[in-house]
Amino acid sequence: MSILTVPRLRRSGRDWPGHRLVVADELPLDCGAALGPFTIAYQTYGRLNPERSNAILVCHALTGDQYVADPHPITGHPGWWTTLAGPGGVLDTERYFLICANVLGGCMGTTGPREINAATGEAWALDFPVITIHDIVRAQKLLVDRLGIEELFCVIGGSMGGMQVLQWASSYPDRVFAAVPIAAAARHSAQNIAFHEVGRQAIMADPDWCGGRYLKEGRNPSRGLAVARMAAHITYLSEAALHRKFGRNLQDRNQITYGFDADFQVESYLRHQGSTFVDRFDANSYLYITRAMDYFDLAAEHGGSLPAAFARRQPRFCIISFTSDWLFPTSESRALVHALNAVAANVSFVEIETDKGHDAFLLHEPELFATLRGFLTGCAEQRGLPRFWT
Amino acid sequence: MRTAAALRLAADAPPEAAPAPGELRSDLRLIADMIDPNSRVLDIGCGDGALLAYLARDKAVDARGIELSQSGVNACVRHGLSVIQGDADRDLDAFPDGAFDVVVLSQTLQATRQPRHVLEALLRIGERAIVSFPNFGFWRIRLSLLCRGRMPMSPLLNNPWYDTPNIHLCTIRDFVALCDELGARIERSLSLDRHGRTIALDPRGSLANLFAEQGIFVLAAGVAAASGKRRMAR
Repeated sequence: MSILTVPRLRRSGRDWPGHRLVVADELPLDCGAALGPFTIAYQTYGRLNPERSNAILVCHALTGDQYVADPHPITGHPGWWTTLAGPGGVLDTERYFLICANVLGGCMGTTGPREINAATGEAWALDFPVITIHDIVRAQKLLVDRLGIEELFCVIGGSMGGMQVLQWASSYPDRVFAAVPIAAAARHSAQNIAFHEVGRQAIMADPDWCGGRYLKEGRNPSRGLAVARMAAHITYLSEAALHRKFGRNLQDRNQITYGFDADFQVESYLRHQGSTFVDRFDANSYLYITRAMDYFDLAAEHGGSLPAAFARRQPRFCIISFTSDWLFPTSESRALVHALNAVAANVSFVEIETDKGHDAFLLHEPELFATLRGFLTGCAEQRGLPRFWT
Repeated sequence: MRTAAALRLAADAPPEAAPAPGELRSDLRLIADMIDPNSRVLDIGCGDGALLAYLARDKAVDARGIELSQSGVNACVRHGLSVIQGDADRDLDAFPDGAFDVVVLSQTLQATRQPRHVLEALLRIGERAIVSFPNFGFWRIRLSLLCRGRMPMSPLLNNPWYDTPNIHLCTIRDFVALCDELGARIERSLSLDRHGRTIALDPRGSLANLFAEQGIFVLAAGVAAASGKRRMAR
């Protein structure tokens, strides 16, 4: 009856593909602490041109990672944005140099709560400092500095990735030519914080969580993490999409069983989502990264004024929302558009009609592709990027 | 050598070519001629972006747009234009004073909920406003109503009364009266016949109101209205 019976521990990440940057300096964090030395695990696609002007920083979402366009080293699934990134794609790796770094606090190689704290020789667990979206972006900027890139051609991302895009545009506007926040918002709403709290409570209520020290105890709060994922996954979809995919259809049976087994297909689907998630994600990372999203409020950094967050200088913006996204609804994007209009920024805004909910940015959505392709092509012309180079 | 993923991705439509200048609607062509190169322009109700594309390409204009329809916005952004989904009634208030050199409202004023407020906003956010609209005082429209007793329909107003976005139709005289009321200065005006050709008529005279099928006006905020303006530092 339980969704998971055998807690599985993760494989070591030493042999995962991609690059690692070890930063010896300390990174000052919003919480007042400093982190260092620390590691940024990142992946790149395509080639940086001699002018170093064709770099696109891809920012991943809450449970994403740096494997944008190649198979995930644990699950073997294709990269999470293969719909966009690849040779000839919207994020054309024959034209652009894509960079994606695992976020600070993550669990795919960048320093986070499951990595070893040099001071103690044990996993950081809850000794890891609480990080913010700004901290995540500070770490990314260090990486971009080290790669010798003066100005990113574009910073793009969906959901929490979109928050990072906005932070980049606000904090380092002279380092970004074009910014594309998709299905994002300038602050996390009360409803979204509430959903995150449900997820965190599910993890912390799991006896295997052990006050965060589960790695030391040789345990894994898989049940709690799976429940957190199940609850969150509902928010990524829409009522219409759930109805279209599952309706009230029963799972491998002709009638209800008058029990608590997964009678309905939608239950079976969610249990599957929960159980596969725990194989690739760390429970403490989930706590830290959801907290970073909760704390995100760009206007609050600027005395409560969102236009002030973009007052200094603005990259070209392309803001995209989806009609059925109730987690980051169009009203959030429109508030952003108005703030950017107030500082006369160069901004495009498209609301795309779809029933796929928040997850639409990860799915096959031809209007999204056409919009992005047009925006990026226009920006590339303005930036003077050649169509191809050798 | 392209991978399977590349072949799949390549199936997505490439950006379409922007419309050629020769295809510009006659009133848009006249409006384009009134706009100086390298200026900052906001086109409200920009449709598929024909005017913006022409201005950006041929006059190096910093061209922005607002369009209500998703298909229009998507077409614009696909062409690499900076356009936001929105409308004149809701989305002008966010712009600072004097944000643009020229604000264009072509064939849209009659479809706004609050034309007076929209016109005020145009004069606030633009140094100049170019407004074109169908003249409801055009003789054919008058005659149609007089003889047929039905709501007039014309090539410019081709929707039946129960299914039209044009909820605030006016005559050239009505428009001039509103400009006077708002203290707007009419810098220039053009009357167009039903073939889109300009006819030399005084907009304040009764002939323009009778023989122009549409009017194009270049407005600037009057001295009184402009005195409170704050130039936006960019």
